[in-house]
Amino acid sequence: MSPDILNTIEVILNGLMTGVMYSLVALGFVLIFKASGIFNYAQGVFCLFAALTLVGFQTGQIPFAHVINVVFGSNIHHWGEGLHTVLAIILTIAVMIGLAWLVERYLLRHMVNQAPIILFMATIGLAYFMEGLGDLMWGANIKTLNVGLPSGASFWWEDVTREWAEPGTRYLGMYIDVLDVWAAGIALALVVALTIFSQYTKTGRALRAVADDHQAALSVGISLRGIWVIVWSIAGIVALVAGIMWGSKSGVQFSLSLIALKALPVLILGGFTSIPGAIIGGLVIGVGEKLFEFSIGPLVGGATENWFAYVLALLFLMFRPQGLFGDKIIERV
Amino acid sequence: MLYRESGDYKVSYAQDQQLFPIVQDRWFVIGVCAIAIFVVPFLINDYWEKSVLVPVLVWALAALGLNILTGYCGQVSLGTGGFMAVGAYASYKLTTAFPDLNIILVMLLSGGVTAIVGILFGLPSLRIKGFYLAVATLAAQFFLVWLFNKVPWFYNYSASGQITAPERLLFGVAVTGPNSPPWATYLFCLFFVIVLSLIARNLTRGHIGRSWMAIRDMDIAGEIIGIRPLQTKLSAFAVSSFYIGVSGALFFMVYLGAVEPTEAFGIDKSFLVLFMIIIGGLGSVLGSFIGAAFIVLMPVLLKNIMVGGLGWPTDMVAHLIFLLLGGLIMFFLIVEPHGLAQLWRITKEKLRIWPFPH
Amino acid sequence: MKAKRYSAIPAAVVALTLAASANLATAAELVFPSLSYRTGPYAPNGIPFADGYADYFTLLNERDGGIGGVPTRLLECETGYNTEKGVECYESTKGEGALVYQPLSTGITYQLIPKATADGIPVHSMGYGRTSAANGKVFSHIFNYPGTYWDAASIIVSHIQNEEGGNLKDKSIALVYHNSAYGKEPIRTLEELSKKHGFALDLLPVDHPGQEQKSQWLRIRQTQPDYVLMWGWGVMNQVAIQEATNIRFPMDHFIGVWWSASENDVLPAGERANGYKAIAFHGVGDGFPIYADLKEHVVDAGKAAGDGSNLGTVLYNRGMYAAMLAAEAAATAQKIHGVKDISPQQMRDGMEALQISQARMAELGLKDFGPEINVSCENHGGPGLGAIQQWDANAKSWSLVTDFYGADREIVDALIAEDSSAYASENNITPRACN
Repeated sequence: MSPDILNTIEVILNGLMTGVMYSLVALGFVLIFKASGIFNYAQGVFCLFAALTLVGFQTGQIPFAHVINVVFGSNIHHWGEGLHTVLAIILTIAVMIGLAWLVERYLLRHMVNQAPIILFMATIGLAYFMEGLGDLMWGANIKTLNVGLPSGASFWWEDVTREWAEPGTRYLGMYIDVLDVWAAGIALALVVALTIFSQYTKTGRALRAVADDHQAALSVGISLRGIWVIVWSIAGIVALVAGIMWGSKSGVQFSLSLIALKALPVLILGGFTSIPGAIIGGLVIGVGEKLFEFSIGPLVGGATENWFAYVLALLFLMFRPQGLFGDKIIERV
Repeated sequence: MLYRESGDYKVSYAQDQQLFPIVQDRWFVIGVCAIAIFVVPFLINDYWEKSVLVPVLVWALAALGLNILTGYCGQVSLGTGGFMAVGAYASYKLTTAFPDLNIILVMLLSGGVTAIVGILFGLPSLRIKGFYLAVATLAAQFFLVWLFNKVPWFYNYSASGQITAPERLLFGVAVTGPNSPPWATYLFCLFFVIVLSLIARNLTRGHIGRSWMAIRDMDIAGEIIGIRPLQTKLSAFAVSSFYIGVSGALFFMVYLGAVEPTEAFGIDKSFLVLFMIIIGGLGSVLGSFIGAAFIVLMPVLLKNIMVGGLGWPTDMVAHLIFLLLGGLIMFFLIVEPHGLAQLWRITKEKLRIWPFPH
Repeated sequence: MKAKRYSAIPAAVVALTLAASANLATAAELVFPSLSYRTGPYAPNGIPFADGYADYFTLLNERDGGIGGVPTRLLECETGYNTEKGVECYESTKGEGALVYQPLSTGITYQLIPKATADGIPVHSMGYGRTSAANGKVFSHIFNYPGTYWDAASIIVSHIQNEEGGNLKDKSIALVYHNSAYGKEPIRTLEELSKKHGFALDLLPVDHPGQEQKSQWLRIRQTQPDYVLMWGWGVMNQVAIQEATNIRFPMDHFIGVWWSASENDVLPAGERANGYKAIAFHGVGDGFPIYADLKEHVVDAGKAAGDGSNLGTVLYNRGMYAAMLAAEAAATAQKIHGVKDISPQQMRDGMEALQISQARMAELGLKDFGPEINVSCENHGGPGLGAIQQWDANAKSWSLVTDFYGADREIVDALIAEDSSAYASENNITPRACN
């Protein structure tokens, strides 16, 4: 094969990997939207908060150290060497579950039966709140996150693909980031686990019932509040996974909360209510934007990725106004 | 006791249909406008102009525009930042290409250009609905900002892509540029805000406004009783974009004076305006003002109390402001999901029947 | 309309009482506002700079009793790198006798250029902001010594030229830049230089915030440029360095501007970032005598702005350097005008007459920390010297690998003249005469 074709394949492959990373973020949105009809704007901040908490436990930071120092004039920062990664992850999951409970208890419970846009606004309030809280608790400086996942180019894959090039051409082999492969594997495991959970467990069935019809679910004795806590907890765990993946690349800092914007076109393309939709949507957007930037980008000056994702989603929507896998919209007067 | 309508008889249709049917309301609004026009300009200084009054007026205008589209016509838009950028760049291009063009005309023409762009990006709304429509407007947001950042013609080929507002005079007084006196810029913005909110108020209670609301409440039902969705939705996009365009032009020419598209008109601005109308009240002209004032002034107020008053470290205060602002938004939505304007309306209702609530 | 007034009333009360109480307190002191950003997406870079800026003034107060016997007061105001908040900060602090502004963001700088000039307050945009403000004839109140982005671009290219044995023909250089006014600054200079030296230039914009740069780095991997330059900011820096190590781009051929050159940027990439280069306009590390004083009078006395752990980091040093230049300019102003309690206008004169020799640097405990500085009426851009620093991942420290040397003045000065005259004609400014 000529290097040009190989380069294109390389771009597609990396687009797929990027798509998986987008899907990880989008998954959290879909879970909550499916179960409670809320578009949770705070999902991106959840990723940041989870990653901050994980690093905090890992390195043994004292929460609210800055506030304590200001109020009491002390000078404390760390309580020790920090915890083992596995223990830190478990504790972070516990924190996210606690957070889900608090959100249900103090926010959602009071907002039953409101219009979607009002619920959306409430999650924006939540996002602001969590942004402030996260920074107050753990500080705004950048933190390195390392949970022991390998990263960097895969040498093996480079060696394999180098053979594919036509003899005599200068070709370096195909690039793929090992961390991305791990992310894809973890995302796959997550989707499988979620599917098994929702298909074969009692709670999972209750979850699907709630997603189908709130009223009917309530009338057969399913606790809506319990389900909400569970769903928000799962979304919190998904946020932790996304936070780890993105945080390993860039360090944990405020910008991590902005990855929510990358998930928006994915959601719209895949439909707000479909887990497979989030995955497929992510892959389509990932490949689409990378190919467009690769082929057309240089002609128009580059940096097209931000808007291309939306234009692509828009084109899809013209033909399927409810997203690729979204529930069909039935309109009656 | 003072606020009630007993004894306020309407004897003609004109009286019955006037903008503020309750006499106390009418005098209150006239009074506020009179203070804003005749008293405030004598008290205003740079800080009040640049940090409080002008930003509130500019954002109120943007919120008003979005409220027409989202609150009255029910079309969710996240493209406000992009449309404001269109207004800003249109005013820049117009005023640098025709330096002698009257500045009021420049503002109105910028609004007109934005209206055309708005109609263009409003076309998908005929097919896509609800949150999904947000994507069409998000495409506008990102594409427009990218365009203004990329094509040198828009920023007159300057080295870094920043645009700076040149000085323009109105009746011999500078209203843009660094040498403009605070009262002039304030009155200039106030003029647009008063005129445009009166127009908005009248539009929304007339034929057009009612057809917008019919489409918002149920578009199919509206279509059946003879409202054309195409004209109605696109007119909402056009009017809304006009308002947002004027506000973008004011934002650039009067308030900031220098902008670059990626920072000044980013996606966060679109969200900000959406917050304003939801917090203030969807489908309410008053709500746009309350929302803008809340979102713009609350952080300034909290900062002045905590940094200036209590002397806390600035970074801790900045985090606390986020915390408190988020908490307040959630609190108000729990107390009154239909926005602060609804709280005001309820207060008025209670006042009217006070002291006999039953 | 109604409610707007209502919500404005409490704000009014608070702001007015504040203004009143602040005015009472201004008894012979030198006010230096610090528009810091300790929150938001760029906070990791803003915190050390603000700490350095604050600590130096604390040191002056503690050790010397201020500047020329007049104590200094630091007015910190949080901008979050946001232009509107920056405007609010400017308006709320300028009434307190603020002597010089360090806007610390391109957006706020562009904002303040006309505004501060009209108010007669000098702005020191040290190594950022509008490059053509180096032309003091047009920009009377704006200073950007000791160097500008265009100097930086030219110095980096000369460095590459030295590395390549003087010939850049048939070489290729890629620029990865933040797609904003800041990132676009070096493009024109690089284009001119590419014409002059005959190297190929490839431009790769990265949109804010820059967490996703696969396309850009795949392209670099496929086109294999000889050198990659970076004008990055915030999270973009960390991701770019990480991606560069992922594709195994030779790190000593990857050169960043001074805002892509802090410890924060290289640490997340770990060992593999070893050898990454960047341009610097001041020294690195804490091996200067002044740090002993800072430790003794500020950190150990419990008066440090931060926790004292970031002393000697690149951005802390830069903040401290900025404070030092401001303090020296204030001292110069005191000398010129013969008054102790100087006004912003006198501060401007002091900045324009600022002379810092190596002897003076040694006195300050900063021997060889930066180049000599001679600001003049027509040249507000300073000497325009820079050095290349390199990251040692094992020692986790930067070190300067070259001396300070100058930019290609022929090209840079022509560009400055062109851009500043365009600004002057657009805004009806008659360039002042400098004698």
